Amino acid sequence: MLGKTAGGLFWMCRYLERSANNARLIEAGSRMTMTRSAPDDAEWESVLSTANVKEMFLQTHEHVKRSDVIDYILRDRSNPSSVMSVVEAARNNARVVRVALTREVWEAVNDTWMKLKDALSQRVSDADLPNVLELIRQQSAQVRGALHGTMLRNDIFNFCRIGTFTERADNVARILDVKYFVLLPSVSMVGSTIDNFQWEAILRSAAAERSFAWLNKESGPRAIAEFLILDQRLPRSIAFCYSNLSRNLGYLEQEYGEARPSRELCEATLSRLISTDVETIFDGGLHEFIQSILQSNNALGLQIEKDYRFYA
Amino acid sequence: MSKDKQPFDEMFGTGDEPREPYKSYHKWFEGEQNARLRRKAEEAEQAFRRTGITFNVYGREEANERLIPFDIVPHVLSKREWQKLSEGIEQRVRALNAFLHDIYHRQEILKAGRIPAHMISNNEAYLPKMIGVEPPGSIYTHIVGTDIVRTGEDEFFVLEDNARTPSGVSYMLENRETMFEMFPELFIQNRVCPVSTYPKRLRRSLAACAPPACDGKPVIAVLTPGIHNSAYFEHAFLADEMGAELVEGHDLRVVNGRVAMRTTQGYTAVDVLYRRVDDAFLDPLNFNPDSMLGVPGILDVYRAGGITIANAPGTGISDDKAIYSYMPDIVEFYTGEKAKLPNVPTWRCSEPDSLAYVLDNLSELVVKEVHGSGGYGMLVGPAASRKEIADFRAKLKAKPDGYIAQPTLALSTVPIFTNKGLAPRHVDLRPFVLVSPNGIDITPGGLTRVALKKGSLVVNSSQGGGTKDTWVLES
Repeated sequence: MLGKTAGGLFWMCRYLERSANNARLIEAGSRMTMTRSAPDDAEWESVLSTANVKEMFLQTHEHVKRSDVIDYILRDRSNPSSVMSVVEAARNNARVVRVALTREVWEAVNDTWMKLKDALSQRVSDADLPNVLELIRQQSAQVRGALHGTMLRNDIFNFCRIGTFTERADNVARILDVKYFVLLPSVSMVGSTIDNFQWEAILRSAAAERSFAWLNKESGPRAIAEFLILDQRLPRSIAFCYSNLSRNLGYLEQEYGEARPSRELCEATLSRLISTDVETIFDGGLHEFIQSILQSNNALGLQIEKDYRFYA
Repeated sequence: MSKDKQPFDEMFGTGDEPREPYKSYHKWFEGEQNARLRRKAEEAEQAFRRTGITFNVYGREEANERLIPFDIVPHVLSKREWQKLSEGIEQRVRALNAFLHDIYHRQEILKAGRIPAHMISNNEAYLPKMIGVEPPGSIYTHIVGTDIVRTGEDEFFVLEDNARTPSGVSYMLENRETMFEMFPELFIQNRVCPVSTYPKRLRRSLAACAPPACDGKPVIAVLTPGIHNSAYFEHAFLADEMGAELVEGHDLRVVNGRVAMRTTQGYTAVDVLYRRVDDAFLDPLNFNPDSMLGVPGILDVYRAGGITIANAPGTGISDDKAIYSYMPDIVEFYTGEKAKLPNVPTWRCSEPDSLAYVLDNLSELVVKEVHGSGGYGMLVGPAASRKEIADFRAKLKAKPDGYIAQPTLALSTVPIFTNKGLAPRHVDLRPFVLVSPNGIDITPGGLTRVALKKGSLVVNSSQGGGTKDTWVLES
């Protein structure tokens, strides 16, 4: 396979994952707005931080206004991480790697681009927002279904999965990084309703609120952190992402008959996640832990890019 | 060929009754309801959008991906008509290859005085770096798209020999697939020659031209300028259908005397490169030094027998519009036979007598740039305004050798489906020809282009043309 193709598949899936994650951030933010009476600027500021676009946003906007944030994250083409930008980038990557994709996957990606271009052609009203967010989620499910249902399980598929899990681990770590303070024990806040809304928003951002409730977990900062970081049953936990990264990098190693440094980086992070528990994480500092996960995840992405010759 | 004559309609001839090849289709059409056909036509458009068969129009920022409109009425040729066409095309393509080999080696045709030497030596498309180079299998034009126009029951002309990088074959294939989906019953009632074997034939034909350095099964790759090129969809489509890699210049480099592509496991040599990049951009070391699309040093590997480039560099000279006017001589010189398919009469504006005639008759003629393509920069006299003619006259006087002129042909029509039923529109036909040491292989069918505007003679997709499925009947 061409190195460029591997890179195109990796990024196509990262971008697709990002579009759904962005939709979920907006959803969680909107829910906060609807369930609270106090002004929520701080909430939307943290949405911008989680999407990693706060500084860029403030270059063109004086204030953090809800409707502007939503527009910026969904539609703004000057924001390279907006849903519209990433869906377009995903489709461009799909065009570059067209030869590696089944007709079903290509058509699902193309269909996603056509539908979202249409749905996001103008500012989304509050009344339409739920439908648009739903559409983004559905389209992402459609592409995922086509990938799983029609692609050969070879290096092509593995690069897709590696892209997905690299992006997802980054996203979940960012949600925790921005909100870690809500999860820290603080005498004044304990038991207040704000905390509960914040906790719920964290779970919602990671599409984990239902499964959390379903497992009958005792709501609380440690349980939430444990669930999102360490629980292998949750398909969006960091540990789940890393077991899959490890497996997919392992398949590549088998197929190519050669070990690459990226696998070692991945194993190092995975064994940290497996050998620790939530108490240890909090004792050492949640913020520091998440920061180091973000750093090693970033380093892993760069190493994969080098190992498999994405660029000349 | 006068413009007063009613154009020949391929479905109805000159009368009201359908001609033989269209009888069965016409009968089916008569039994259909317009509303159903309209719905089908809309479905077809959606299918094209979903599959992403789009082309980019240069110079237009908005809507930079457009669909080429597809018309549901097929262009039908009888077995006999196809036989005649394919024999003429085969002869012509054979002559083109012999001509290219000659002008890059002994130049017999120049010595014999059949073509003036300056036509070659002063031509931008002639590549002196190809002199004395023997392409693998002695093939220059691996893929040719010969443009055919028709003016009567038995009158066919070759309009252009697209011998550089002819495009449009993906439409031949996808149009048929779309017809299969929309009207399966038509293909049960009519025996239509299949076209879907083209990608396999292309692969086989390219593999048969593998270079001396190839050991084992030839590795084939398609070289594209990238996703912003107007024909990118086709490049990806062909690579996909052939099971070949789709590469860009930055995926390739010269490694140990071979051109190799960067894979996830290191560099792998390419044996045959089906390039959809023009000569000038192919090799920044040997041609245009600013090119970002090519591979530095590929021409040196080529000369040493390390890779096959299809079509060969320097092939463009043979589809130059000034050389075109010599094609009857070229065919006769190399095959010893008269050309089976005639040329359209052509005035070379570089010759003073011709230029004078052309300037006197601009409102009757079609004038084209020698190196132009895509319907850009041409004048269709009968359809042009006084001002357009005056502007063109000035351009022509300033650079006469940049132009040729042809009479305005009464191109044949084939009906298209409109809201009011069938309506005649002008068409042309581009069959696709594969050339290898094993022979010349023409897929029965081709790309039919149709001018959708009433009365228009310009069929180019960049100028509002559409396409049709092309049927060659088996009997």
